[in-house]
Amino acid sequence: MPKLTKELLDTYKTPASPETGYIKVGMNTCGISAGAQKIYDAFVHKVKEKNIPIEIKKCGCLGMCHAEPLIEVKIGGKPSVLYGRLDREKALSLLENKSLPEFLVEESPGQKKIVLRNCGVIDPERIEDYLEKQGYQAIKKSIFELGPEKTIEEIKKSGLRGRGGAGFPTWRKWKSTRESESSDDNHHGRFIICNGDEGDPGAYMDRSVLEGDPHSVIEGMMIAGYAIGSSTGYFYIRAEYPLAVERIRKAIAQCYRYGLLGKNILQSDFNFDLETRLGAGAFVCGEETALIASIEGRRGYPRPRPPYPSVKGLWGKPTAINNVETLANVPYIILNGGENYSRIGTGQSRGTKVFALTGKIMNSGLAEVPMGMTLREIIYKIGGGIANNKEFKAVQTGGPSGGIISKDHLDTPISYESLQELGSIMGSGGMIVMDEDDCAVDVAKFFMKFCFDESCGKCAPCRIGTAQALKILEKITGGNGRREDLDNLKRICHAMQKASLCGLGQTAPNPLLSSLRNFEDEYLEHIEDKICRAGRCRELMKRPE
Amino acid sequence: MNSYETLPDQLSTYVNKWKPKKGSLVMILHAVQDYYGFVPKEICFVLAKELKVPLARIYEVLTFYHYFRLELPAKYRIAVCMGTACYLKGAPDNLDAIKENLNIPEGRATEDGLFTLEIVRCYGCCGLAPVMSINGKIYGKLDKKKSLGILDEYRQKETDS
Amino acid sequence: MIHARINGIRVEVEEGTTVLDAAKKVNVKIPTLCKHPDLPPTAACGICMVQLKGTDKMIRSCCTEITEGMDIITLTPEIVEVRKTVLELILSNHPNACLTCARNQNCELQSLAAEFGIKEELFGKILKNLEIDDSIKTIVLEPQKCIKCGRCIQACQEMQNVWALSFAGRGLDTRIAPAADFTLVESPCVSCGQCAAYCPVGAIYVYDDTAKVWGALNDPSKHCVVQIAPAVRVAIGESFGMESGELKTGKLYTLLRRMGFQAVFDTNFGADVTIVEEATEFVKRLTKGGGVLPLISSCCPAWVDFMEKFHPDMIPNFSTCKSPHEILAALAKTYYALQLNIPPSSIFMVSIMPCIAKKFEIHRSREMFVSGYQDVNVSITTRELVRMIKQTGIDFSSLPDSEPDHMLADYSGGGTIFGVTGGVMEAALRSISSFLTGKPLGNIGLNDVRGLKGVKEARIKVGDYTLNVAVAHGLGNVEYVINKIRNAREKGEEPPYHFIEVMACPGGCIGGGGQPRNINDEVRRLRINGLYTDDSHCKYRDCHDNPQVKRLYAEFLGEYGSKKSYDILHTYYRHRKEYKSYRETEFLGESE
Ligand SMILES: Cc1cc2nc3c(=O)[nH]c(=O)nc-3n(C[C@H](O)[C@H](O)[C@H](O)COP(=O)(O)O)c2cc1C
Ligand code: SF4
Ligand code: SF4
Ligand code: SF4
Ligand code: SF4
Ligand code: SF4
Ligand code: SF4
Ligand code: SF4
Ligand code: SF4
Ligand code: FES
Ligand code: FES
Ligand code: FES
Repeated sequence: MPKLTKELLDTYKTPASPETGYIKVGMNTCGISAGAQKIYDAFVHKVKEKNIPIEIKKCGCLGMCHAEPLIEVKIGGKPSVLYGRLDREKALSLLENKSLPEFLVEESPGQKKIVLRNCGVIDPERIEDYLEKQGYQAIKKSIFELGPEKTIEEIKKSGLRGRGGAGFPTWRKWKSTRESESSDDNHHGRFIICNGDEGDPGAYMDRSVLEGDPHSVIEGMMIAGYAIGSSTGYFYIRAEYPLAVERIRKAIAQCYRYGLLGKNILQSDFNFDLETRLGAGAFVCGEETALIASIEGRRGYPRPRPPYPSVKGLWGKPTAINNVETLANVPYIILNGGENYSRIGTGQSRGTKVFALTGKIMNSGLAEVPMGMTLREIIYKIGGGIANNKEFKAVQTGGPSGGIISKDHLDTPISYESLQELGSIMGSGGMIVMDEDDCAVDVAKFFMKFCFDESCGKCAPCRIGTAQALKILEKITGGNGRREDLDNLKRICHAMQKASLCGLGQTAPNPLLSSLRNFEDEYLEHIEDKICRAGRCRELMKRPE
Repeated sequence: MNSYETLPDQLSTYVNKWKPKKGSLVMILHAVQDYYGFVPKEICFVLAKELKVPLARIYEVLTFYHYFRLELPAKYRIAVCMGTACYLKGAPDNLDAIKENLNIPEGRATEDGLFTLEIVRCYGCCGLAPVMSINGKIYGKLDKKKSLGILDEYRQKETDS
Repeated sequence: MIHARINGIRVEVEEGTTVLDAAKKVNVKIPTLCKHPDLPPTAACGICMVQLKGTDKMIRSCCTEITEGMDIITLTPEIVEVRKTVLELILSNHPNACLTCARNQNCELQSLAAEFGIKEELFGKILKNLEIDDSIKTIVLEPQKCIKCGRCIQACQEMQNVWALSFAGRGLDTRIAPAADFTLVESPCVSCGQCAAYCPVGAIYVYDDTAKVWGALNDPSKHCVVQIAPAVRVAIGESFGMESGELKTGKLYTLLRRMGFQAVFDTNFGADVTIVEEATEFVKRLTKGGGVLPLISSCCPAWVDFMEKFHPDMIPNFSTCKSPHEILAALAKTYYALQLNIPPSSIFMVSIMPCIAKKFEIHRSREMFVSGYQDVNVSITTRELVRMIKQTGIDFSSLPDSEPDHMLADYSGGGTIFGVTGGVMEAALRSISSFLTGKPLGNIGLNDVRGLKGVKEARIKVGDYTLNVAVAHGLGNVEYVINKIRNAREKGEEPPYHFIEVMACPGGCIGGGGQPRNINDEVRRLRINGLYTDDSHCKYRDCHDNPQVKRLYAEFLGEYGSKKSYDILHTYYRHRKEYKSYRETEFLGESE
């Protein structure tokens, strides 16, 4: 394999779509488990057997989980169409030019795809596909046109903030990492880590990107590494995502073969190595200092900040930690200019955000929307509203650190700030919709149980606070609640928020407090009338009709 | 029966590759678990020597991360997702049905040693909720009937072979 | 310098000072639980919360560096409520077992609960039954009382590099446990007791042997004798409100007699004998090729245990001399028994030590039974003695001084500085100098072996010889020295040192695991100064000048390093397994 040069890189152009057409099969974890592998294999077999002149391709997430398995079909000069909810036989009949209108699906309107620009478009296991989509042009631009400072400047102009939850301005993190003193100024002086731990249940944006477009994330890491002056990067990916790990590893190997990783990338003096490390079933390892401990081979215990990782991170060296989605934005921003990017979005929240829409929603799936879109638009326009003609009750954003938003706030345009004002957070992008059959107390208990199970146990407020809060919630849903319990809950929550060491414990009370604020009447019904109107809490009576 | 006094070749190669890297412990434990299906305590002695890492460190790490198992699981590992999306879409009912069907609580193996039952948090296939996996293969859009049907398929496979 | 405000009070501190220490400087007290002044913060408890003025953010004062212009508020009703709730949460996960607890009345959690005036239990108890581990009989682990402050782990893993303890599990299931869930006696624990010295609560404490002592004292058939280690005399006063480092030797003699001991000896005498033997051994190795160099000191049993487990290749380097209290006990049950004409079986020897490892040492090998009986019957710590004093009701501080029973008690300055890091080395060099050159050493170069630096190296001219010596204290500091020896050995080079002293506890025995608990470098320094003062006031400074030592050899042992000395005063080492797993037997064979 020849090492790529600047010039060779430019020879990759988007190919004209083949005359004869193609069929792409969505082959992410979820698609595969819905049957995509069988369909793909059948196509390949049939096309070969019958010598049909059509290309069969794999691609990543098409974003419409509700309609898996999904394929995209383009035949001759006709525009491409999407089919969903197929099985093997139905899919094969497409090759016989049968039309299957009942299986046609349409992509929901109003999305703006930057992070997901290649997902469902290219074959994630072929670097050539990525190269044809201007792949690795952004790192080339950084190295040969911008240099590190201007690269950071572009990110600053873009207004990009961390998509991992806290929304910290990415350029500030990079600048501070670049400027922090390191005890070692050669190869291992600074590090860039991609946080692919995605432990928030009900969120899978990062998995979809890692599986569907690994090279975008790798290129984002290279640019980040270049900008902060690092020559070593780590992917930290949760072990529960084997396909994501496999695809990232494959992509890294391809990069080494093409000379896009290693020494003297594109014949410049930029050297960069990448390695993957696996998580091992600890949500807290998404927290950056715990993640560092985990890479160092220790228990995933967070430590106090400051010092921040950008000053003292992996092995004591300045380290920038970025989320998968944050990094996937980077090549786009560098190529298209920060200013361009910053035109999307609202206020202090620029660009797009990917959400994983799940729960009682008609069309569950991934949606990338410009910041500033309202919750109502996302849930009703993109998500198709509530399934089974039920009534919308609430939406939970930000996972176990987030909050429950009631229907009174559906018209809030989403941004980091607005969600915070509602007592929730943007978080990583999980958006879980609840209907009238869901119980506010039960959901609060669910999240508290999650935090209790995932508390690392290092600090007392979280270790014992989650246990006591859970115990009280179990008492309430079990029909033994008393009014004082609510005061005790609030007291525990307050202490946890103020005195927990890391974000897990500090934010663990959020779902509980927000549900208490929005649905206090339901809590009182549980406690005083021993009624659960949703009928979820088995020890209680359902609301009399 | 396995003896755990030395590393098998495959692991030994892996350990030698990772040994020079800093902080390789978690990766090596993954390799051990991939090989044996769990992390035998005795292997930790060998690792401690090989890696020059105190046994206490290996054990404190091992017991921190819930992904690592200290006991050999049954032939089929059922992992029911109790992530948010699955929870709301009926995972608890499925779980109860499976527990009743297998007659075991979570964390245990059935008497015939065929199934172990675990709970996991989100496979990231929330769009297919509720979800479970058996030896890593993911099954989605479950209800009680479908879940029990899948168990029966595995039982069938067992009697067939 | 950093300028900041604490509750409006201006404070100027050095960069790197924590908010907690800055507050202390202006006499503002912030409650703490997991932080120990001597250890880096673990940030585990969340009791020390304070507020940044003008924000609603709270920070941990114990681990947050104060920065320029910071404005800290340490007391508002909200802060108190948060701290109190955290404390209540901790108590809800802790048994109410104070009355029967090893730490009753000197427990940091108990005091805090009292300070906060906790009157009711708002939250129900969440407790797990975790077994007590008293298998090692030196320290006891009671995991149920553990508050997960992490101090013992810092001590055992980082300070001592033993790795006998670790946390296991996670979240609420986190528990303190011997490595890999072995029992303590099967674990690599060397019984240095540093974990017990730092534990704020009754989760790790010293195995209590005081009942055995009371039993013997009340047994008319026993002739009870007692010895006091050097380090005890400069620390015990702290438990009675006196200054660290004040010498309490005379009071201790009086006290022990009043408690009913028939003869009061002093371990310092044993130390003098140790030095005479060790210096002889050294000179033999240096001049006659009688063994390998460097010679490594062996008077700290935790260090001996550590070496037998982790560095068995150093066995030939070890001095074979027993530790001072074993030497003294062996002499008490042979020489003293002969003099009194009583059978050694009737003598009951109690040694009062700063040390926890001694509880293990007294039966560690058959050489500890040279009289035919266990030479030291019971070894108790300074803290155990304090408890016994309190039980007797004797007012320690008002006791008059008295004299010991001179035969096995008179000591030289060299013997008393055994209790500090570098002291063994210094005492030995004094005698080595005399033995090699016939002239006393003076103080040349010895400042290099004094002080609290983890590893001290010095080059000392003695006659025609230039001796390279090293002193390490705190087992975590040993690795450096050992590796240097090993590297030289592998390369076939001359050994980098002639003589090495190691003490397991930071500061040496004055910082022993059985000493009063309020330890930090300041206290260590005061205790060290106390012993150097004792040294400077001694009539004889060199161990071999002690007339009682001379008499002992003249009447009983013959010459230094005689066959009889070897029979009674020396011991041997074996390679021990770090872990006694189910397959292993205890010893891997003997070596001498
Ligand atoms: C308990 C906890 C879990 C977290 N989990 C994740 C995660 O799974 N993925 C992630 O990207 N960030 C996670 N974060 C946030 C990270 O600590 C960190 O802020 C983020 O990776 C920074 O990247 P960004 O600036 O690109 O967002 C978590 C934080 C906490 C407190
Ligand atoms: S807040 Fe919870 S997860 Fe974070 S350090 Fe404390 S115990 Fe661990
Ligand atoms: S992966 Fe599925 S299955 Fe699990 S939480 Fe997400 S929705 Fe549930
Ligand atoms: S550890 Fe302290 S608080 Fe706990 S029982 Fe003992 S004395 Fe009481
Ligand atoms: S302090 Fe209270 S509980 Fe303890 S002994 Fe006294 S009265 Fe009893
Ligand atoms: S006594 Fe020493 S070696 Fe033993 S557990 Fe405690 S600190 Fe570790
Ligand atoms: S045993 Fe004691 S020192 Fe160790 S963590 Fe528990 S409370 Fe802290
Ligand atoms: S070694 Fe320590 S305890 Fe023993 S005699 Fe010397 S000072 Fe005392
Ligand atoms: S240094 Fe002294 S107190 Fe500490 S273990 Fe050694 S002999 Fe005992
Ligand atoms: S279909 Fe699997 S989550 Fe998208
Ligand atoms: S289509 Fe597979 S991730 Fe949704
Ligand atoms: S004293 Fe600061 S957190 Fe415990």
